[in-house]
Parts: sequence; structure tokens; C-alpha cells
Amino acid sequence: MIRNRSELAISRRALVRAAGALGASALCGAGFWSAPASAAGARDPRLVVVILRGAVDGLSAIPPVGDPDYAALHGDLAFAASGERAALPLDGFFAAHPSLVAFRRMYDQKHAAVVHAVATGYRDRSHFDGQDVLESGNPKPGRTESGWLNRTLGALPASASRRALGVGATAPLIIRGPAPALGWAPPGGVGPANSDLTERVLDLYAHRDPPLGQQLSAALAAEKVASESSSGDPARKPHYGGAVEQMRLAAEGAARLLAAPDGPRIAALAFDGFDTHQNEGAAQGVLAQRLQGLDAAFDAFETDLGDAWADTVVVAITEFGRTVRVNGTHGTDHGTATAALLAGGALAGGRVIADWPSLKAERLYEGRDLYPTADLRGVLKGLLADQFGLSSKTLSEVIFPDSAGVAPMKALVA
Amino acid sequence: MTIGPDLAGAVTAFNRFGFGARPGDLAAAAGDPRGFLLEELWTANVALIRDRPPPSGPAALQAYYLDQQRKRAERMSMAMAPPKAPPPVVPSMAPLGPAPPEGASMTPMAAGQSGAPREAAPESPKPQPQVEQALFRAEAVARLQKQLQARLGLVERLVAFWSNHFAVSVAKSAELRAAAGPFEREAIRPNVLGKFAALLRAAESHPAMILYLDNQNSVGPNAPPGLFAGKGLNENLAREILELHTLGVGSGYTQADVTEFARILTGWSVAGPESEAGAIGSFLFKPNWHEPGQRTLLGKTYAEAGAEQGRAALDDLARHRATAGHIATKLVRHFVADDPPADLVDALAVKFRDSDGDLAVVVSALVADDRAWRAKPTKIRSPLEFVVGAARATDYVPSDPGLYLQALNLLGMPLWRPAGPNGFSDLSDAWSSPEGMKSRLDLAWFMGQRMHAPADPLAAMKAVLGDTASGETSEAITRAESREQALALLFMAPEFQRR
Repeated sequence: MIRNRSELAISRRALVRAAGALGASALCGAGFWSAPASAAGARDPRLVVVILRGAVDGLSAIPPVGDPDYAALHGDLAFAASGERAALPLDGFFAAHPSLVAFRRMYDQKHAAVVHAVATGYRDRSHFDGQDVLESGNPKPGRTESGWLNRTLGALPASASRRALGVGATAPLIIRGPAPALGWAPPGGVGPANSDLTERVLDLYAHRDPPLGQQLSAALAAEKVASESSSGDPARKPHYGGAVEQMRLAAEGAARLLAAPDGPRIAALAFDGFDTHQNEGAAQGVLAQRLQGLDAAFDAFETDLGDAWADTVVVAITEFGRTVRVNGTHGTDHGTATAALLAGGALAGGRVIADWPSLKAERLYEGRDLYPTADLRGVLKGLLADQFGLSSKTLSEVIFPDSAGVAPMKALVA
Repeated sequence: MTIGPDLAGAVTAFNRFGFGARPGDLAAAAGDPRGFLLEELWTANVALIRDRPPPSGPAALQAYYLDQQRKRAERMSMAMAPPKAPPPVVPSMAPLGPAPPEGASMTPMAAGQSGAPREAAPESPKPQPQVEQALFRAEAVARLQKQLQARLGLVERLVAFWSNHFAVSVAKSAELRAAAGPFEREAIRPNVLGKFAALLRAAESHPAMILYLDNQNSVGPNAPPGLFAGKGLNENLAREILELHTLGVGSGYTQADVTEFARILTGWSVAGPESEAGAIGSFLFKPNWHEPGQRTLLGKTYAEAGAEQGRAALDDLARHRATAGHIATKLVRHFVADDPPADLVDALAVKFRDSDGDLAVVVSALVADDRAWRAKPTKIRSPLEFVVGAARATDYVPSDPGLYLQALNLLGMPLWRPAGPNGFSDLSDAWSSPEGMKSRLDLAWFMGQRMHAPADPLAAMKAVLGDTASGETSEAITRAESREQALALLFMAPEFQRR
């Protein structure tokens, strides 16, 4: 069964890009990047990847309330299409977790979509190997010298704004690598060092430790942009407490950097806390709170990107899913397929894309997990092709090595 | 071996293997840096905190549970009686001292919340420190003082290494916040220079680990609560023992091994606040919850033996060839290089196997090996090493853990709060990110003003870097506009940041 898949509808923009590509260098795409961007009012695409660490329970985030086996298998964690345990309806078959209020609104505006029953090529159940595969873009764990977003950057023509942004005190693997990346984190309780000390340290590093100097310079540049206040009205921003507020703040700062005319166009954030082995909860609880933070982040991106939202895709991905059945401690253990959440004004949204495997006993992966019917790399390749016009050769050899057999998902971007 | 004082060797000893030199330390070690290291290893009880230790694990959990009961009772009496609240009683926490809110918030990016109002009980005009938070801070200050007062700090580095190897997180629950410090003192410290098998047993059976990895409610499907109350297995502890604590990922175990090991470990639990068996807050084996029968793990059959079945399996895992390689790799990566030299790893793995996992023998072999000394100082100090190293450089021994906790938060390495059970990264890239370096700079500035700035900054530099400092670093420190700035420059110098 194929649900809601737009049948190979090739968008006008994709055609424009394809035409540009024909007229430019076939090797790396230099030229066709700048050709459409130089035209007045041309789009300036942005991509944000939100890594959800710990393995998200896709059957609770985007519950398949129409699947006849779902309620029994997912037990006290399951949602329903209506009634006391209702989730937010999407297309009748799938619903959204009650925490995903902004996401559902975007879905209704056709600015959000879901790809379900999706997984990377990794089939074991280690978080750390799973995250390495998710972030490195390699088919197997073990190679972690660079992340696929960093290599994406390397495949784009060089310019001042062709830098990636990593949010948080430490850079996630997805953004690490040879291409220049900058970092930003919400400001600390210890005040900023004064400029005189900063200059002296930079000077010392220039002579004695250039690598450390480059890192420090990149952070200083990012901080300058992020500290410039948002044009939005602070009063209309909803208030969240604690962890949820931290997630919103991270997204807000990243959005301001991305919105700047010469700012980065590619960013990565990581949120942790999705490893819900115990007392996962349904409408309330651990998962509900983490998803509320994710929802707040989506909302902040929409608000603070301003006009740039129309050219943006935000994709939230996780290393794998969780067991279909509830374990002995009201949670779920490590599984396989899950859901990927996409939002952004550039999306052809308002749909859940799934070749749904069903939850019948004989269709479960190894008798316990949601069966993967879509390769996450196909989703990401589709986004990179639509947003940045990367060739299928680059996508299959450089960005996601050895993935020629995984076709880019088409027409994700409007 | 050396003729005359080996000042450069002493710098390596302190920075690579220890927590950094205090004023005067280098000269003491320069005669025989390796001997100086080995001497610390063989000092009796060197890893233990014996001077007024904080409460034990069970005592800490009991204090937390008692506090919860008191709060429940208060809420009930407030709901029934007119608003005349009884004075709150904090159970026997007096020796823990004051707990100012600075540095107290431990959310991942808590630093961004500085100055923001902390959540407090809405009615209480003067918020009492939470019991678990007071315990946590007492543990933090005991740990910090131990690190600052160590002669060199090799053993304290080992404590931190093993604490991170067997990671637990205070973000899991209030119980973990109370029990994380006792875990390090009770499971890690007594065993860092003993047999790995003993360390493994102590770590996996400590209440903090059982609660962190959810084993307290894991029930055998054929045990009575599994059969009749619909309870079941939780694989979390079993999986992380195999993947992180012993064999290492990709070493050949299967999903079937994980599930089988989870069955073996059913019944390994903690005596909760209502428990009638065992001392509240301590390890408790619940025979009734244990999956009955013999089990097969990694091809070996374990007869039904209650809790002993799990101990036997742990002992075999401790002696497994893959475990020796896994531990040797992690040790070399931690102390020597992000990309650990294979020959040195192999040599340590052999030592590990030949000594039946005697960790003092393994670490002595590492410290005695030329290859561990010859490697270039490419690793950047972890946030913990940086913060403690800076405090040692100025002989700064605070009685309050606020700055320590705040600094570790800011640098992305909050105390006992890694993002997952794999602990914090041991790779330089994880810490030398742009934001990481900017945070170090801000902190260096802050510490430069906060700590006692030395009268002669150049002498202070020589006291911790010997003659390894470059001309440019000496010049920058000499030309600083103030002593405070000179100290911040010392903290940010490449020779101070790298080891």
C-alpha cells in the first residue's frame, strides 16, 4: 500500500534547476548554484538537520491510529483516532503526538510532512553505532572522520555564506569534517571575555596553534550575528520551562544565524533524551516533553527565519526506532524503523509518505520492530537534490557513499 | 635513566597523566617523573575519600525518600488544614553546608539560564535546597578537593576515566542525583587499582547503575510477576554491559545474547522506599522476579543460581579477550592519543589478560612504556582536566563547588551528566569545537579574575609549563595588561590546552 505519495510530480523549481545544471559544469555543479541565485527574488535554500538522540518511538510520535494491530501492540503507550486517547489527526490513518501542535498546524498549511517506516541502512541496535551511521552517511559504522552535512557543504561552490553551523557546546559528527563549520550555543552564565584578551589569544594562536585559532574565530563570528536581537515581538513568543525552553532557544539562535544574508545555509542541532526504556508516557510524560521541545524548535525556526522560512527545510531524524510492543517497564526497547519529521516553507507538505508495512505479526522486523520500507538516505538525498541541486553521482558517492541503489525521494520540495 | 632533572618529563607526567602541576610540583617530580607516577599508584588507599565522606548510597537514597514522604505529608496537611505550614525539616543534612543556587542548574545548556529565576515551590517564600541537590553538591566538592589535593592526580584521572566508562547520569531522576556521587565513591574508587572483574561487579550491582539502566523493574517472563501481572524484560542494562562496559560494540555478540543476558539479570534490583526486604536504597536481589532456569550467553551455559548466575556471567565477561582489547584501546586513547597506537594497545591488552585484569598492573605498564611518553601532545585537555588544571595552577581550593559545576556545565561536560550511557567523548574534536574554544576563553577570563592572580605571572607559567612554553607564549604573558589577563592567557596558551 502506498499512502499519499505524490506520483513523481516534478516541481517547477526542480525543472529550473535541471535546466541550470545542463548549462553548467557537469562535474561539481559550479555555476548553476550562482545562476538562479543571481536572479532577482531567486530562492536561497536552507537546510536544518535536527538529530534526535536516543531513538525516537515513531509509533508514538506519529501514531498509525488506523492500523488495526496498533492499539493492542503499543499498549498503554498507544493513541487513538478519537476519544480520550486521541492524537492530533493528520490524514486519517496517521496522527501526530498531542505535543506536536505547531507541527500539525504547519502540516495543515502544507509546510510539514512525515516519512514513516523509515530507517538508515544500519540494522543493529547500538545507539552509538546507529548515530555514527546516521551522521556520517556511511552505510556501516566505523568511519567517523566526517559527517554528511559537512561533505554536502564541500560539494557546494565556495562563497562567504557556504559555511555550516553546529549548535551546542560540542560539534555533532554530522557537521564535522574538512569543510569550514562554525559553532554557536546559547550564551553562558560566565560573561564573555573582553575584546582585548580575545585579540591577544587570537594573536597567540595565529603564531603557535592555528587550528585552535580557526575554531575560536569561527565562534566569535557566529556570536556576533546571533547576539543581534530578533525583529520579532517577544511578547508573542509562547513561554516554555526548563528543557523545552532550552530546545526552543537553541532553534531560535540558529534561526537568526541562518536568516542573516551572509549567514550559514546549513545547520545541525542535536537534542537528546529520546531513549524511553521506562515510563515513556503517552500524552504526558518523558516522550511528550521531548516532543514538546522539538515542536517549540519547529515553531522558533518558522518565526525567526522570517521570509527565509519559505526557502527552508528542517528535517528531524533519529538513529532508529523502538520496539512495537511495550516492554516490561512501560517503555520500549531499541528497534528499527521510525518516522522522520519534515517542516519548512519550501516543502511540498501536508502528507504522510509511507509504504506502510502494517503491524501484523509476520510483517514485523525480526518479530519485534516496525519493518523499514523507506531508506532515510533516499529522503535526505531527495532534499539535497531539491534544495541544492546536487547530482545523483555526488549524492551516491560523496554524500552517502555506496548508496547508488537508494533512489532520491522525489518532489519533497514544492 | 635521566641525568639531571627532567623538567619536560615532569610536565608530561603532570599534564598527560595527572591533573596538572601546582606551584612547586614540577621540581619535586623532575628527578624521576616515572617513579613519581608509580609512587602515587602504590600509595595505600590513595583513591578513597576518607576525610568526612558524604553519606553512603543507601543513606543518600533514604534521605531522599524521607524528604519525599515529608513533602507528601505536608501537601496533605495543607490541603486539609488552614494554611499554617509546619516548619520544613531537612533530615540530618547539616554537615553538608550551604547550597547557593549558583551553578546548581544542570540542564544541558543550563549556562544560558544564568540569572533567570530558578523554579521553586510556588508557596514557599524561602526555597529550601532539595535534599538530592544538597547531597550532589557535597559529593561534588569532595571530588573537587580530592582532585585539587592529589599529589599528581593519576589516580584521580583513573577515577574520572572509570566513572565515565561506567557512566550514570543525574538527569535521569532525583534518585540518580542523590546516588551518582556514592556510585563513584563506592563502586569506582575502591576498585580502580584492583581487578577489573571486581570493578565490574561493583558497578553493575550499584543502585545508581541499576536505576540508571532501568533494571530495577525488569522481570523474567516466566517469573510470577511476569506470568501473572504482565510485567516483563528490560534489555537496557544487559545491552550496555556488553556494548559499553565489557566486550565493546561489534565484538560478535547477538541480539539473542542481549536478551539472554537480560534474563540472567532479572531480579537485580534496588530496595525501594516501601521495600520490606533489604536495607532501603541498597542492592536487592528479588528471587521472585528472576527468570528461572539455565541460560546460554556467548555459547556458555549458566546453571540457575539466582543472583550468582549474573555474577558468574559478569566474571566471564571481565575475562573475555574482547574486553581486554576494548579497555586497552580506551585507556590509550584517553591518556596518549585520539588515534591510539596499535602496538601500545596490544601490549596493554596482553598485560590485561596475563594479569587477570589487574588494573594497577595495566596502568603501571602504560606509565612505564616509552611510547606513552614519546607521543606528541596533540590531545586537548577535556573540560574537567582544564578546569581542575587551572585551579591547581593557582592553588585554588574552594569550599563551595559552584564554580566547578558552572564551569563544567559551560564547557559541555556537566558533572555526572553525559547525554547517554556511553559517557562523554574522549576525542579532542569533541571539545575543540568553535563554541567549546569560545567557552574556554570566557571561562579563562572569568577564572583569571576570580582566582588569586600570581604576583609574577612568568614565574607562575614556568611553575606549570616548565621550559615547554614557547617564546610567543612567554611574551604574551609578559606583556599582558594585568596579572588577571596574564593568568587568563596562561590558561589559554596552547601548551596549557594540549597535553
